[in-house]
Parts: sequence; structure tokens; C-alpha cells
Amino acid sequence: MSAGKDIAILGVGMHPWGKWGRDFTEYGMVAARAALADANIAWKDVQYVAGADTIRNGYPGFIAGATFAQKLGWSGVRISSSYAACASGAQALDSARAQILAGFCDVALVIGADTTPKGFFAPVGGGDRKHDPDWQRFHILGATNPVYFALFARRRMDMYGATAEDFAQVKVKNSRHGQHNPNARFTKQYTVEDVVNSPVVSDPLKLLDICATSDGAAAMIVCSMDYARKHLGTLDGVCRVKAVGTVTPVYPQSILELPDIASDSTAVIPAPSRKYKDSIAWSAYDQAGLGPDDIDLAEVYDLSTALELDWYEHIGLCPEGEAEQLLRSGATTIGGRIPVNPSGGLASFGEAIPAQAISQVCELVWQLRGHAGDRQVDNAKVGITANQGLFGHGSSVIVAR
Amino acid sequence: MGDAPVDYSDAVSETLARVPIIDGWFTMDEIAPSLIGCRCPRCGTYVFPPRAGDCPSPECESETLEPVELSRTGRVWSYTENRYAPPPPYVATDPFEPYALAAVELEAEGLVVLGKVATGVLAADLQVGMAMQLELDISHRDDTNEYVVYVWAPAAPAPSNQQRANP
Repeated sequence: MSAGKDIAILGVGMHPWGKWGRDFTEYGMVAARAALADANIAWKDVQYVAGADTIRNGYPGFIAGATFAQKLGWSGVRISSSYAACASGAQALDSARAQILAGFCDVALVIGADTTPKGFFAPVGGGDRKHDPDWQRFHILGATNPVYFALFARRRMDMYGATAEDFAQVKVKNSRHGQHNPNARFTKQYTVEDVVNSPVVSDPLKLLDICATSDGAAAMIVCSMDYARKHLGTLDGVCRVKAVGTVTPVYPQSILELPDIASDSTAVIPAPSRKYKDSIAWSAYDQAGLGPDDIDLAEVYDLSTALELDWYEHIGLCPEGEAEQLLRSGATTIGGRIPVNPSGGLASFGEAIPAQAISQVCELVWQLRGHAGDRQVDNAKVGITANQGLFGHGSSVIVAR
Repeated sequence: MGDAPVDYSDAVSETLARVPIIDGWFTMDEIAPSLIGCRCPRCGTYVFPPRAGDCPSPECESETLEPVELSRTGRVWSYTENRYAPPPPYVATDPFEPYALAAVELEAEGLVVLGKVATGVLAADLQVGMAMQLELDISHRDDTNEYVVYVWAPAAPAPSNQQRANP
């Protein structure tokens, strides 16, 4: 696909993930300042702020674009605020990309930050909301997010022979990667025994198979290729966004996904040949004119260890049912053929929803620049992210240098 | 949790009204209950949970859906077991008793429906592909009502652990 649809990433920045309990805007400001400094851009030069919303922090969270524009100092900058569940950060990036490619602005700040409550995510807002599917699944069934993660894990076991040890090996791998990441929340190196001996939350998933909820923030400065050339004097080595896939499902969505209580019906129209989570990555591949063989590393959404294995298949690293084999071969470890989650993934970060899809792109940038330190993937030139949110959201971003 | 403890004593239940945990999702037939879904009168596709309004198919312009009882039997698509009490608005027993959930595929309707599994049937008793049938069970009780919920139960005796592909 034409380079005419590329935008450049000039700078990235994060606030370390943790459970700090402070206002989310504090983290966002740290990430924004870091991204501005990394880009060598002044705040007053930013023409557009694409904020990714947090819905658990009141009004400032719903209007993230304005919240951060005000925090950085009103400058008349244009803004957007995106909510797409876990894909919010990628949708914010897509919003900035569209503005840049349409010529409405040259340089934009993309930002997401969150402060999270302890324990299971529960429906946002109180009262009996009998028509809200999120309320329904909790009240009627007790179907927490880990319940859905567990349904997918159990299918891998019963259909493909996955074992609890396979799932644990994903955590072991990601903790080995994440121990070197200064922005990771968990830097302990876990063993298979640690994982399989941790308490069962939603069978077959154990506590250490499931990602935590975290506070954190990520930001990036993106711009037109013309702006990048003028700003840097060259485009050599510049990280380019080649694709942002943000497709929704095609009817009938035959897979039971969060937070639905039932799938769509395949009685009249058969399920599409490309399932939803496959279509997220393939929409990005198609935009970029690239395929799985072109990828040097991937950051995928390991909400659970078993879901990382699903993603190997969704993004085309191996055929369906062979992810365990790929994991066991060592291919997805740093040093292997196609390292997955060199950042340490959600296993090492926990999930800070509006920041997470942005943080995945930050990791690609550090890897592609060769700035990833002890977790560096050698000679990385092209990376992909994959992410899934509730209510038909998902994203996949491809970055190349 | 913030919610009052749930009283499960039988002495209380005799005076309680038996009401569905949510209106209109299943029949209260004690012997052979059914889920109530919707069917599109124009294209024939199915919907669960039931709802008013438009057909979900992008190829159909019907603005109405009609209630229909769904198949009482299906096969396990996947399953799990909650070992910790879900947060409110779930009403958990105190002390919490682990329970299983199963997503069951209804062949005729082409739907996969998530439900709790009958009390006493846990993940170790289930397997992908297993035949299940719909039953009713008690979700919880309060001072005036006993709330009934649909559950999936094995349609045939559960296989022994030795027969499981992956114990």
C-alpha cells in the first residue's frame, strides 16, 4: 500500500504502570511530557489532542482530550475523546491519523491514562439497569471478565490439548521479558510452579494466568511525513504507522465474546469465514500491504495467558490449534523467530485500559529504534499490535521503520 | 460487598414468592423450562436475550422480532467454574460456593448461550461437546422473593474423569 497513507511517530512516553491510587491526569501529564521531550516538540506546536477515555474516573475521564489540553495549558488546540473499551488508545491514534492524512493538522498528541479500582472490574454506575448487557451478565450469571477468558482457555484444552503448563509458560516468558522493562508493574520472574500453584480464579485459569488492573499512562506524538522530514531533516529510521485496524464484527458474530450472553445466530446466515479477532489483524495487514511473514515482533493482548495463544493464531503466526507448539518451540521468546510481548505484555503491566493500546505502540517504537535495552529484539523493522475490547471493539496497529 | 447476607434456610423459602431473576428470558415451567428468544418474522434469524425492535441481520430490514421458545438441549461450546464471588450486582452466597458456567450451542437456532450450570455440577464434570439441557435453579433469595435462574445441566450422566481428554 502507498506510503501516502503513512504518518510518523516522533516521540513516545509512558508513566510506569502500578497501583499508585493517584489521579489519572497526573500519570497522563508525565507520559505527555515524556513524549513531547522524546519528539523534541513544544506543547504549543501540538495542533490536535486525541484523548483515550477512562470511564471510571468521572467527567474528566469522559473528555480525555479536553482534560489533557487543559492540563497542558489551553492553547486553542483541537481535540477528540475516544471510547472504545480496551481499543480506546488505538481509536484515538486512528482519529489523529485521519486528521493528519486529511491535512487538517500536522502534529498531534495521542494520550491515554487510567486509575483503576482493586479486584474484578464490575459494571460502571450503580442501580438496577436491566437492559444493560453489562449489568445483566454480572447480575444473572456472575460472568466476570475472567469467566470469558476461561471459556477460551478451556476450549484450547479440550480442542487442542493445551495444558495448564502451556498457559503458565506464557506467563514465564512474559515475566522474563518484562523484568527488564522500567515501565512494567511486575518485574518478578515467575516459574511454571508459581503459576500452576496460584489459586484458581475461573477454572482453568489461575490468578497468575490473568492480568491485573493497573494505573498507568502512555502518550505519543504523531505527525505528517512532511512535518517529520522538516523537523528531523531526514526520514531515515523514522517509525511509521503503516496501519490502524479498528474493524467491528461482521454478522453473525458466532463466537461468544465479552460481554455478550449469547452469540449471534448462524441459522440463516453462516458465520463469516474470517472470525472477528482474525479480521482485526488482517484489516491492518491489508492496509499496510504486509502479511505475517513480514513481522519481526508482536505485542498482543494477553488478558490471560491462554488468550496470548489465541492471538498467535488470530494474527497469523501459526494455523489454528498450533499455538502451543509455537510457544513450546521458543519462537515467541526474545531471541526466537517472532518474539511476542517483548515488553512483558499485560502479564507484566496489568491493564490500564485507555493507555494500553498506546503502550503497545510505544513498545514497537522502542524496539524498532533499537532502544529497548535488555529486552531488545534484534534488527526489528516491522511490528504489529493486537488488542480486543468489549462490545465489538478491537485494534491492530502496524509500525515499520 | 455492601449487600445483605443471603439466607438460604428452607424455613424461609416456604413463604417466599418464586420469581424469575429477569423477566421474559425463560418460561417458569418446572418440568420442561425453555429459554425465550426472538425470531425475525421476515428472515427467520434468532436472537437471545429476547428484545423488542429490529432484526440484527444487516441483510434484513424487519423492525419487529417475535418471541419464540428455544431448543431445550444443546452441546457445550465451553465452560468454566467461578472460585471467587463475582462482584455486585451479582448476589453471592455467604460463604461463597464455587459454581460452573457453560456456553451451550443450540443447533437449530445457531446460538451459543451462556448460563450457570446446575448446582453441584462443576467444571470437572463437563467437557466440550457434552449434551446439556435447560433446567431452573435458585439464584438467590431476599426477604420476599426466591429468584429463579435458568441453568444448564448434563443431559446424560457426566463422563468419569478417566474419560476426559485433558484431566
